[in-house]
Amino acid sequence: MPGAIYAEGLVKTFGDVRALDGVDLDVPEGTVLGLLGPNGAGKTTTVRCLTTLLRPDSGSAVVAGIDVLKHPDAVRRSIGLSGQFAAVDEYLTGRENLQMVGQLYQMRAKAAKARAAELLEQFDLTDAADRPTKTYSGGMRRRLDLAAALVVSPPVMFMDEPTTGLDPRNRQMLWDVIKRLVSGGTTLLLTTQYLEEADHLAHDIAVVNHGRVIAKGTSDQLKARTGGERVEVVVHEREDIPAASEVLRGFGKGETTVEDHMRQLTVPVTGGAKLLAEVIRELDTRGIEIDDIGLRRPTLDDVFLSLTGHVAEVKDEENGKEAVK
Amino acid sequence: MSALDAVRVAPSTNPVSQSVRDSMVVAKRNLIRMSRIPEMIIYGLIQPIMFVVLFTYVFGGSMQIGGSTSAEDYKNFLMAGIFAQTVTFATASSGAGIADDMHKGLIDRFRSLPMARGAVLTGRTFADLVQTALTLVVLAVVALLVGWRVGSDGDTDAGRVLGAFGLLLLLGYAFTWIGALIGMSVSTPEAATSSGLIWLFPVTFISNAFVDTSHMTPWLRHVADWNPFSATVQACRELFGNPGVSPSDAWPMQHPVWASLIYSLLIIVIFRTLSVRKYRSATA
Repeated sequence: MPGAIYAEGLVKTFGDVRALDGVDLDVPEGTVLGLLGPNGAGKTTTVRCLTTLLRPDSGSAVVAGIDVLKHPDAVRRSIGLSGQFAAVDEYLTGRENLQMVGQLYQMRAKAAKARAAELLEQFDLTDAADRPTKTYSGGMRRRLDLAAALVVSPPVMFMDEPTTGLDPRNRQMLWDVIKRLVSGGTTLLLTTQYLEEADHLAHDIAVVNHGRVIAKGTSDQLKARTGGERVEVVVHEREDIPAASEVLRGFGKGETTVEDHMRQLTVPVTGGAKLLAEVIRELDTRGIEIDDIGLRRPTLDDVFLSLTGHVAEVKDEENGKEAVK
Repeated sequence: MSALDAVRVAPSTNPVSQSVRDSMVVAKRNLIRMSRIPEMIIYGLIQPIMFVVLFTYVFGGSMQIGGSTSAEDYKNFLMAGIFAQTVTFATASSGAGIADDMHKGLIDRFRSLPMARGAVLTGRTFADLVQTALTLVVLAVVALLVGWRVGSDGDTDAGRVLGAFGLLLLLGYAFTWIGALIGMSVSTPEAATSSGLIWLFPVTFISNAFVDTSHMTPWLRHVADWNPFSATVQACRELFGNPGVSPSDAWPMQHPVWASLIYSLLIIVIFRTLSVRKYRSATA
């Protein structure tokens, strides 16, 4: 049985640009899929196709058990979308915005009003509820936008870069909301450029590049794919580098790389913390003084680099905005 | 987590009543918005008032209307033209508003909701219609202050005057749908404002609004006589009992009330269809 979000062979071209080149996704109910990729990889286009905003040229998609291409209206009743930009009316108050969205989800005026009050309370916006949203901070707007997406507690949620441009405090707050949401059984597809975010929130990660899913799996699986752990040593004296290098060669499973100017040596290993202790003992025995040593696991950045050949971009070129990392 | 408990979405009702209801929700949103940006309404008023004053006092003495050079006659001739021009200029604000919604991602929000497809644009045009009506009231008061009088050159009554204002509102409503299409088609609100205005100048000036078309070269006069905009102006002059009703043989000039109605309804049907189609496939 396909998951709450299922897509097969989604293709979308804009003129000469093949924005989606056969995207396949399968998100089991109640889980979070992190869609990770650089700008222009096709993340937003994928979300737009799945949320009925864009009709794919070919391929099929099922959301909450409903065929997206055949019954877009029914899909709209079962999804919430929180976009890259806080899509709220800046001249309406927070309360008016939420009531309007509720009514457009076909709730009665009274029910929409009650629901708006509930959400304002939950998102800590009660004090600002009756102010036009243009007076809100970026974080408050983003919260309101998310609240608007949750008006009917949709079983399936889409969030397109929900924390881009937010400060760490607001990002943490949004993460908490997202975690609560998912623990309540919501299925979520989240796009992000922040590897840390995907690592933190997503059960599964799909890496997209050039309109294709180039890798998928859990964060650990992707990291394992990139290669195991490595030991990093920073020696105190530059002249100790050759000696240290010799020690590491004895433990390593591959070539040792040396960053001469930083007095840093790195070698891939297997064996974890136990091996690290042995390395330290051996270096100590030989009288090599060290400033720092550690066992490093690959980050999603490493995964990304090895998969796409370039690091995840943090500059949001599309919008000419510098994203705060 | 009670706030996240499932709230049932009402099953879809009758599509027509849903469409009306959704349009009203959006219209209400746009009216609240307008009330919070009063400067937009004020600027919208300054321009037609300036036109009334400038045309009345600068051109008034040198215009010939149906053989009369009286400034008084020109003033009474002019007002129908200014009223009609004012309602069509609402096109630009309507287009800019929709382009702004596109730009800010609000259209995406609306399009992801289970609401009637045409409601976002219909709501917008209704709200613009309310604004146009307000503008017309203020403008009529200013016109009366500078000396405009209905029945100055023919018979009229309250019903005919109201009928004229009805035709003006219908024309304005039709033109906001042109604005809606422009707003859906351009990439920025600024582009919507400027492209919304440029084409309005020839439409409103190659007409009977400000001058007696009998002084135009024949081909231009032909264009002016068949201009949808001229039909409403002519109809208003006739209904207001104001001077300068064109004696042209062109059908719209002979049957201006019918012509005005038909033209406006045609514009609504065509541009509503095109705009809603564009909305369905819109990409910000």
